[in-house]
Amino acid sequence: MSEDIEKQEFNITVYTENQIGLLNRIAIIFTRRKINIDSLNTSPSEIESIHRFNIVINESEDVVRKLTRQIEKQVEVLKCYYHTNEDVIWQEMALYKVSTDVIAEKVSVERLLRENGARVVVLRKDYTVFETTGHREETDNLISILQPYGLIEFVRSARVAIIKDSDGFNRKLREFERLEPGEDVIENEYLNQGQKVFTM
Amino acid sequence: METQTIVQEIGEITGESEKAPIVEVSGSVALLEALIVEGVDTIFGYPGGAIMPIYDALFDYKEKLNHILVRHEQGGIHAGQGYARTSGKVGVVFATSGPGATNLVTGLADAQIDSTPLVCITGQVFAHLLGTDAFQETDVINITTPVTKWNYQVTDANEIPEVIAKAFYIAKSGRPGPVLIDITKNAQIQLFNYKGYTPCNHIRSYRPKPIVRMQYIEEAAALINAAKKPFILWGQGVILGSAEQEFKTFVEKSGIPAAWTILGAGAIPTDHPLNVGMLGMHGNYGPNVLTNECDVLIAIGMRFDDRVTGRLDKYAKQAKVIHLDIDPAEIDKNVKSTVPVWGDCKETLPLLTAAIQQKQHTEWLAKFNEYTRQEVEQVIEPELNPTSLEMTMGEVIKQLNEITKGEAVIVTDVGQHQMVACRYAQFNNTRSNVTSGGLGTMGFALPAAIGAKFGAQNRTVVAIIGDGGFQMTCQELGTIMQCGIDVKIIILNNRFLGMVRQWQELFNSRRYSFVDIQSPDFVALAAAYRIPGKVINDRKDLPSALNEMLSNKGSFLLEVMVTKENNVFPMVPQGCSVSEIRLK
Repeated sequence: MSEDIEKQEFNITVYTENQIGLLNRIAIIFTRRKINIDSLNTSPSEIESIHRFNIVINESEDVVRKLTRQIEKQVEVLKCYYHTNEDVIWQEMALYKVSTDVIAEKVSVERLLRENGARVVVLRKDYTVFETTGHREETDNLISILQPYGLIEFVRSARVAIIKDSDGFNRKLREFERLEPGEDVIENEYLNQGQKVFTM
Repeated sequence: METQTIVQEIGEITGESEKAPIVEVSGSVALLEALIVEGVDTIFGYPGGAIMPIYDALFDYKEKLNHILVRHEQGGIHAGQGYARTSGKVGVVFATSGPGATNLVTGLADAQIDSTPLVCITGQVFAHLLGTDAFQETDVINITTPVTKWNYQVTDANEIPEVIAKAFYIAKSGRPGPVLIDITKNAQIQLFNYKGYTPCNHIRSYRPKPIVRMQYIEEAAALINAAKKPFILWGQGVILGSAEQEFKTFVEKSGIPAAWTILGAGAIPTDHPLNVGMLGMHGNYGPNVLTNECDVLIAIGMRFDDRVTGRLDKYAKQAKVIHLDIDPAEIDKNVKSTVPVWGDCKETLPLLTAAIQQKQHTEWLAKFNEYTRQEVEQVIEPELNPTSLEMTMGEVIKQLNEITKGEAVIVTDVGQHQMVACRYAQFNNTRSNVTSGGLGTMGFALPAAIGAKFGAQNRTVVAIIGDGGFQMTCQELGTIMQCGIDVKIIILNNRFLGMVRQWQELFNSRRYSFVDIQSPDFVALAAAYRIPGKVINDRKDLPSALNEMLSNKGSFLLEVMVTKENNVFPMVPQGCSVSEIRLK
């Protein structure tokens, strides 16, 4: 693969056992190399008992490839993939707290919220919480829209991402449970069609 | 799942009545039973409050488990490393919580970077006290995470058999490494229904060996068969994989000159005709220069450390690189490979040997010999047969070779004496060179030699140590005294922290900043521990002193006063290419 010196966003997907301390073991692989984790999400996966990390970093492909190998080397990690933003479907969720008075007084605010796909989560006398889901630009956009109207509180979740060309982990896990796993789950597999994704 | 079917099958075969009786034991007893099934015979350790229940149980296991009381936990873990290196087994270390555990950290880092299999057991405060800043409580799991292959905290005795089984399996399989198990005091005391101990042979999330791909073997063989100037670099992977014989067969059939990293020394004998010497910063002249001339570079079980490669962007750029390694993360980490041969070299080397043509590379080998001739003339001869009044480190090693005939285990510390010993010591056998390669831990040698002796009880163990490093762990003389351990100690005393002084001379205009170290009377120090010793200043006393040391029944300390300002050459200065290696 050609050396890509340009940094870009990569989505690292890690399938792991559910083990105390594993988050630290994975996190220090980045911090040791002074690489910032832009976003990190842990959640269950499609398989019961298997956890899934979604990690976003901004690095060159060469660095990301080495990082994924170091991650996959950890005893409790089953598999680690990396993908560009084009290779995944991804979403982030954001919550915005705004004064209810402001929304009630200014009709334009309600229109702006609707245009940006925001939904009301909680409506109280004193404040209202809206929620949007989407890419970074979309959630960012609403911040700047709401800022002039007194945005009281804002929070955005980590990114969750689904790999476009993955057929899930069930079949692979069955291979891992065998003493001698078959060749298709081992090194050098090509997950994407055409585009080689070089994992261990 | 497969495990379920195995359980069902056993149930059907044995029947309910023949099941092993379930007995109630403490977590501590379960731990010691596990060690016995794993074939452990020696434990290096130091007791303390949080590990007392394990030590209490150990009192009844004295006949089966030989516990060596060290003088410092760092000494304990280096002894465990020395034991693992010479025996090929897993080293086992006990330490208490808090300071006991933190004193293991240097050894863990050393074992991690040098792929040494260890299982370290640390005591921990009661589970209900975790996080309360209890006496001698420290977060050992998080402290040791970066320097262990795996670690785990046990808070319930029921976990012990399975966790210890995993610990041994992880420590020794694949690329070996240190494992730390932290056991809270309540789990050590707790009685539970013990159903016996079953060693582990599979963890679903852990694949110790990559599957061998024939496609790569064939591609590698094609490159080797077409090569005009092929060159083999081998590392400790050959030894860790017990693949010395497979490696020798490969080298001999291919007829390719082969050079070693310091941890690979001894995998084939020093005097093997195709062994062209040591790689790296203080390695031999030919192997360094010709790295940048070869057409195919075959790296076997080595990781292209920066001390081996020098400046990476000028390293073997002309060569096609074949990299054999069990750890996929090593492939392309530092040097981009043309053909990655994933796998255990015990399996891949025979496949590769079968696929290559029998050859001799006479002219190419002669080039190495020509560089050797130059190195002998300018470096080796003056070092081994000096005309100076004062002794050199090299002539001590040469004399030692003549007496031990290359049969001894050589344990070295870190610094100039280490480089000299590794360059000039003769190794006839594998598992004979014990040194701190990756981490460069001063103070390693004395405790590691203790462990090395337990790992190779019938062999002569010689620790070669500088005057600086010796003072870092010299309290382990107490361990040698108490346990009557037969370790021969040579201190090469140049009254300097020599390697730093050499760099200050060469690169800092002789500004000798804090390298002028004073030492105690080492012979008197040894005598305080009832260890016989001798100091020599004169070359003519060297053979008889070495003979006296080696023929002495039990340990002996020989201090050799060597020339103060000698430099180790050749040298690849930092930031330079391997082909810019200097002879002076």
